[in-house]
Amino acid sequence: MREIDVGRITEAVAELCVKACLYLGDDVVALLRKAKAEEESDFGLYVIDCLLENLEIAAREQIPICQDTGMTVVFLEIGQDLHLVGGDLTEAVNAGVRRGYQEGYLRKSVLSPLSRINTKDNTPAVIHTKIVPGDRLKITVAPKGAGSENMSRVKMLKPADGLEGIKQFVLETVLAAGASPCPPLILGIGIGGTMEKAALLAKEALLRKAGAPSPDPEVAQLEAEILDLVNQTGIGPQGLGGKVTALAVHIETYPTHIAELPVAVNIQCHAARHQETVL
Amino acid sequence: MRKIKLIEAPARQEQLDDLAIGEQVLLSGVIYTARDAAHKRLVDQLKAGKPLPVPLKNQAIFYVGPSPAKPGRVIGSCGPTTSSRMDSYAPLLLDEGLKIMIGKGQRSPEVTAAIKRNKAVYLVGIGGAAALIAQSVKAAELVDYADLGTEAIYRLAVERMPLIVAVDTKGNDLFVAGPKQYRTLPF
Repeated sequence: MREIDVGRITEAVAELCVKACLYLGDDVVALLRKAKAEEESDFGLYVIDCLLENLEIAAREQIPICQDTGMTVVFLEIGQDLHLVGGDLTEAVNAGVRRGYQEGYLRKSVLSPLSRINTKDNTPAVIHTKIVPGDRLKITVAPKGAGSENMSRVKMLKPADGLEGIKQFVLETVLAAGASPCPPLILGIGIGGTMEKAALLAKEALLRKAGAPSPDPEVAQLEAEILDLVNQTGIGPQGLGGKVTALAVHIETYPTHIAELPVAVNIQCHAARHQETVL
Repeated sequence: MRKIKLIEAPARQEQLDDLAIGEQVLLSGVIYTARDAAHKRLVDQLKAGKPLPVPLKNQAIFYVGPSPAKPGRVIGSCGPTTSSRMDSYAPLLLDEGLKIMIGKGQRSPEVTAAIKRNKAVYLVGIGGAAALIAQSVKAAELVDYADLGTEAIYRLAVERMPLIVAVDTKGNDLFVAGPKQYRTLPF
């Protein structure tokens, strides 16, 4: 059986935390450039130019794109034929977060929800593990900022609400969010499963290459329709008014119960940060 | 593009009175950082009649929790945080003389009313453009609440910080006026 020492996971997580916070993917950059062609408002164009310039400065000066370097969400896909040795997996991931946030000069934003006392090292991470075939380990680090996370919602719709109900709920969520989540946005939407499954699907939808449609034509059609609706709200970049409120809509679905229609909308700002590696 | 105006902090009333929503400004001078936890402490101290660690009269508060400064730098990345989380505290601070708030996103009607009542302004930076905004910060000095880490109060010297007037001294609100022009929803 293949073995990996968990120390390697710590090293990988530390490196991915820093990389994710300093550099944004080419997919998002391409969508921002495309948005410039679609935006009509002066402010909208100014905001997009500033965001593009900001990415260049962050990369050149090796500082975070955004000061909110997030709560660290870590996805682990662990091959069922892989044996992890040398220590506790959860502790290894958290050690990586601790090191990455310290050595990378990233902001430590994590605290106890009730006492509000900061842990001072951005731990613990939110860790999602999945056991998959094979003997590899895929690690995805996705730091999530609070501005956009705070505006996210889950709702248990009635099956009778159907597609129209889904569209209406997404639109209500975006309108209520307004300027707060730093539009232009990427919307991760989870439909189906149970309450927590829908929320996780929404988060996973944000890991997709920005702007890539769902491989399911029916889902891709719904993505296009929701993007069109959201971009008719007029919210625009930074909520100052404009045509581009969202850059992309990503939907993931899962079968659900005959009595259920869970929908989760995970709002993401343009800083759709995620980096991955396979050990 | 719109006219760009130069303004100073601490605030000069005639400069604030001259601002209208949708104008771009470049702010230079001395400002203070404070976000969620620092606001709670400031307001608790005010209500208890205790002296504050920062002056409020004519001052500017920037809603920000910077990332740590790398060696040789004065500050890390420092874009604005969501202002609405400070809405429950802001009217009291405005009534105590605060003149400029810097953040991102819309404010509550109570805050807008307090802005108008006190002839103050609300300016927004571009959320997410944190590395760009950091270029305008020339010095940073810890003032108080060090135990709060990134949420501590710092005094910043800024030069030509790029901002947009979101609520002016007359209480006009860009977040209401702006999106209305581009809304094409059939309802």
